[in-house]
Amino acid sequence: MSTFDAEKIRMDFPILQLKINGKPLVYFDNAATTQKPQAVIDSLIKYYSEINSNVHRGVHFLSEKATNAYEAARKTVQKFINASKPEEIVFVRGTTEGINLVSNTYGLKNLKEGDEIIVSTLEHHSNIVPWQMLCERTGAKLKIIPINKKGEIIFDEFKILVTDKTKFVSVAYISNSLGTINPVKKIIDYAHSNNIPVMLDGAQAVQHTKIDVRDLDCDFFAFSGHKIYGPTGIGVLYGKEKFLEAMPPYQGGGDMIKNVSFEKTTYNDLPYKFEAGTPNIAGSIGLAAALNYVSDLGIDNVAKYEHELLDYGTKKMLEIEDMRIIGTADEKASVISFLVGKTHPYDVGTLLDQLGIAVRTGVHCTEPLMNFFKIPGTVRASLAFYNTKDEIDLLVKAVQRAQTMLL
Amino acid sequence: METNTKSIQETENEIVEEFSLFDEWMDKYEYIIELGKNLPDLDEKLKTEDNKVSGCQSQVWLNTKYENGNIIYEADSDAIITKGLVGLLVRVLSNQKPRDIVDAKLGFIDKIGMKEHLSPNRANGLVAMIKHMKENAKQLIMSRE
Repeated sequence: MSTFDAEKIRMDFPILQLKINGKPLVYFDNAATTQKPQAVIDSLIKYYSEINSNVHRGVHFLSEKATNAYEAARKTVQKFINASKPEEIVFVRGTTEGINLVSNTYGLKNLKEGDEIIVSTLEHHSNIVPWQMLCERTGAKLKIIPINKKGEIIFDEFKILVTDKTKFVSVAYISNSLGTINPVKKIIDYAHSNNIPVMLDGAQAVQHTKIDVRDLDCDFFAFSGHKIYGPTGIGVLYGKEKFLEAMPPYQGGGDMIKNVSFEKTTYNDLPYKFEAGTPNIAGSIGLAAALNYVSDLGIDNVAKYEHELLDYGTKKMLEIEDMRIIGTADEKASVISFLVGKTHPYDVGTLLDQLGIAVRTGVHCTEPLMNFFKIPGTVRASLAFYNTKDEIDLLVKAVQRAQTMLL
Repeated sequence: METNTKSIQETENEIVEEFSLFDEWMDKYEYIIELGKNLPDLDEKLKTEDNKVSGCQSQVWLNTKYENGNIIYEADSDAIITKGLVGLLVRVLSNQKPRDIVDAKLGFIDKIGMKEHLSPNRANGLVAMIKHMKENAKQLIMSRE
């Protein structure tokens, strides 16, 4: 056991002190959203109590203070993912908007009929549908990297899919349904050797593993604030400067322009070109507070502790009769997706809820993946650094109890 | 098919009384699971797209027949708790007049402590099932007017 003190860390999260259905909350739905430490909650209160004002071009004191806080948040993000410049950090609503931004700008500008885009079987719908919509508009085709029974991308099959028709690759760093950590470095290197840009859906990665976009050499990377202990409604799109520069704007409005006239409007510099309208200032500040919180814990310590939890949880869960874990990749983040005998995931989830345990059930926005496994969905326990082995023991007991009731 | 001599309200009262015997959530769910297990499976041929209730995390099918002025509902689901819940609705609403079905307030759901299942977030789609059943009844009334 590492020196990581989850019990102490739990005290930073007010919601974890709640009781649900008369029982202490066991929160295992972290892949859907994470809970917020007091530091993040305080940052939002401080912003609205002491700083609130609109950013950029305001001459007054508060506007300058808000602008400084907003731009400092951008630098915090830049540092956290090791981007070269703050200009490469675009604030968006979340991963979904980040992916839609790229498909609607880079995609629409550069793809044409006959071109191909590669995604994998493991993708969340938000890394499938924006590309399908792009295909509908351009006549491009979507190609899917197959996976094996453990839920791992088959890298050799990916290599076969890459042809001179391939114009873009977009894959999840970590699967939200299974926890599989994809070999993204290998994928990026291979795509680049064929001059194909790569986007990473980092929604399930930033909170579990060290992200260094320069080391990965990905061309785009998107993630959501609320999955890394920050507020909802704020997310990040990282893009290499050369790509962002060449891309047309996404949405039009205030802040994204330099000059507007009815004859000719010119667009603002990076990153403002992609930030039309008043941004989520409070969200960006909350996100920075969250990233600072995680940095203080140390992402490597987090990864190590979560890995211990995953190993312990997997071992304990497999002691349950008729337990089937879906997703058994060699490289896995702390997600345990499972089915028990012939029970329906919904039934198990409902009974776990009665016992105060929050899990997610269903297809987890990955219908093609569930079809691959020919299952109606799974029960998914997704673990975070504030979870404990005791909570896993409670989960195991609760699953056994549900199983007895449903037999 | 046995004829339902009870009114919707009478069946609702009956269910509320049965549930009043349970003081623990577990007893309630065990009862619902039992109901689910005992509800006859729907003929595979009737599990059509038209009969499927959308908005449920599990699959739910509701088949509607019209006999002697009453609507007969049959239902099935691949999740047992959902099947039990839809079984309760069938017990209350099946073999009743279309107008009475449309007008039913279904206050028993709240009274048996299952109100949480009526929130739009609940994946079992109790709301969707009720809407589906009432919609069928409405259509029947309109087609006969």
